[in-house]
Amino acid sequence: MPNAPITVRNLNHYFGKGEARKQAIFDVDLTIERGKLTVLMGPSGSGKTTLLTLIGALRDIQEGSVLLLDQELNGASEGDLAALRRRLGFIFQAHNLHESLTATQNVLMGLEVHGKGDPTRQRVASHHMLNLLGLGDRLDYLPGNLSGGQKQRVAVARALVANPEIVLADEPTAALDKEAGHTVVEMLKTLGQVRGTTTVMVTHDPRILELADRIVTLHDGRIVSDKNSIAD
Amino acid sequence: MNWLLTRLFGRLPIGWLQLSHNKGRLFAAVAGVAFANLLVFMQLGIMGALNGSTVAPYSIIEADIILSSQEGNTLTDSEHIARVWMWQALGVAGVAEVSPLYIGNLPFTLADGSSVSLLVFGVNTTQPDFVSETVAPMLSQLLLVNTALLDAGTRGIPAAVFDQLKAGQPFSFEASGETLTAVGTMNIGGGFLADGMMMMSDQTFLRFFPARSSAAPDHILIRVADGVSAETVAARLADVLPALSVRVQTNEAAQAADLSFMSSERPTGIIFGFGVFMGILVGLVIVYQVLSTDVADHLREYATFKAMGYGQPFFLGIIFEEAIVLAVFGFIPGFFASMALYAGLGAVTGLPVTMEASRAILVLFGTLAACSVSGAIATRRLTKADPADLF
Repeated sequence: MPNAPITVRNLNHYFGKGEARKQAIFDVDLTIERGKLTVLMGPSGSGKTTLLTLIGALRDIQEGSVLLLDQELNGASEGDLAALRRRLGFIFQAHNLHESLTATQNVLMGLEVHGKGDPTRQRVASHHMLNLLGLGDRLDYLPGNLSGGQKQRVAVARALVANPEIVLADEPTAALDKEAGHTVVEMLKTLGQVRGTTTVMVTHDPRILELADRIVTLHDGRIVSDKNSIAD
Repeated sequence: MNWLLTRLFGRLPIGWLQLSHNKGRLFAAVAGVAFANLLVFMQLGIMGALNGSTVAPYSIIEADIILSSQEGNTLTDSEHIARVWMWQALGVAGVAEVSPLYIGNLPFTLADGSSVSLLVFGVNTTQPDFVSETVAPMLSQLLLVNTALLDAGTRGIPAAVFDQLKAGQPFSFEASGETLTAVGTMNIGGGFLADGMMMMSDQTFLRFFPARSSAAPDHILIRVADGVSAETVAARLADVLPALSVRVQTNEAAQAADLSFMSSERPTGIIFGFGVFMGILVGLVIVYQVLSTDVADHLREYATFKAMGYGQPFFLGIIFEEAIVLAVFGFIPGFFASMALYAGLGAVTGLPVTMEASRAILVLFGTLAACSVSGAIATRRLTKADPADLF
């Protein structure tokens, strides 16, 4: 049986220094299985986003261990972390699209990070992903000419176009209408089933909670509940 | 453009796309770089004119070695040297011929009341070997007293005068209470010391400069014998002549020394050099400001790219791409505007303000280097792009 793509052990994390130092994550242990859609829930300030950034190799691990795709993040070099992040897909609450790039070019950025490839194939793949997300008629639009939902879908396409092994998402459906939100989550579920893509998502969207394979709730930096579905 | 840059970089030309997205900022940045280029080009152009006009008088004299007073500065800003050293030089092995050169500044007033200042060269008219090939055939006309050859590039003299001279009709004017007749023209051009040049016989020279003595010319010109190196003879002369009062230089060394003096000793050279520095500084500041603002405006996007796994070389590539685009786009209008100003300045002042290919290449590479330096400084802001802040 392959190793779990994400294994967190005895993780603690602090913000600030000296007397202002404040602990945000307390002794978290968490194993996330391959191909599953895991939702992180909790009130504001509970540490779910901090945990997501620690898992995503975006912050230095201060105490404890995070094993991501068989690589220990604690003590890893910046180069190793960057290489590891190329195997992930990030979906941010704010789309963070590059305003100067068209929808296609923004999605291409998700492919170019892996080095030079066949430009034609990369373009076809970008168009395919945008088509899947209902943006076939917006391929050459700049973000400034797209609605909030359309921008978020471009951001989703950018995150998924390179077939990441893990998708880390922060409220990905917040800017989407019901149908678009459903399409995105269904796509993530399908990727999990077909390709084994693992998704960890911070969300409060009840539509997603219904589709989640696992729901982990944090409170004050600690895991207070870990369920397989919202009904548990 | 996108297609070209994509092929060139092997990736999306993010830098170019960022710059071209905000056309107002791009225009301002290009205008700023063009302005800095213009400043540098103008300073270098005037410096070039200064250098050109400094060595221009050498074009009408033919000498392998020049003896000058140690107290003099340049060919045209000289002190007197005792003619006795001329006779002594004749006794040095390898010296074939010697000739005195007298130089003075002669102001005179034209019929319309405007005044013109001419740098006058008094030469021995029986020694045509000491003047340029173009002047030598006219030297015999200067045997007549109070005749001269007038520089066709002289500022302030009507073109009709030169048309008249070229048609073979002499032009007479009053200077220092004497009538002087121009009987021909030569082409040198005005400089910073005078509006133009004039050549006359040493005898006529001494009539117009009565305070001067034939025993104290400004320089002593020397031709070496065929097959003998000027450097070798110059070394021999330096051994014989008193180093405290006589400077011995080959023609090339004298020109180089004049240029060095004008660029480092004269305020004009220093001022123009400072102007070049200021132009570069203005360009650096403008490009830095544009690039650092651009980085600040795109921090979230850069942080997103960092989160996606893009490394520092990618971001440096974007900023240097922008720097190169600004350098090239700013250079082109700066170059053409400078060409236009050179032409205008040359027409108004008569100075040899010309665009040299080497100068254009130097400024282009200088602009690329300056923009790259600005880009390198601007990259410091990239450290603020923290992908963890995106969540």
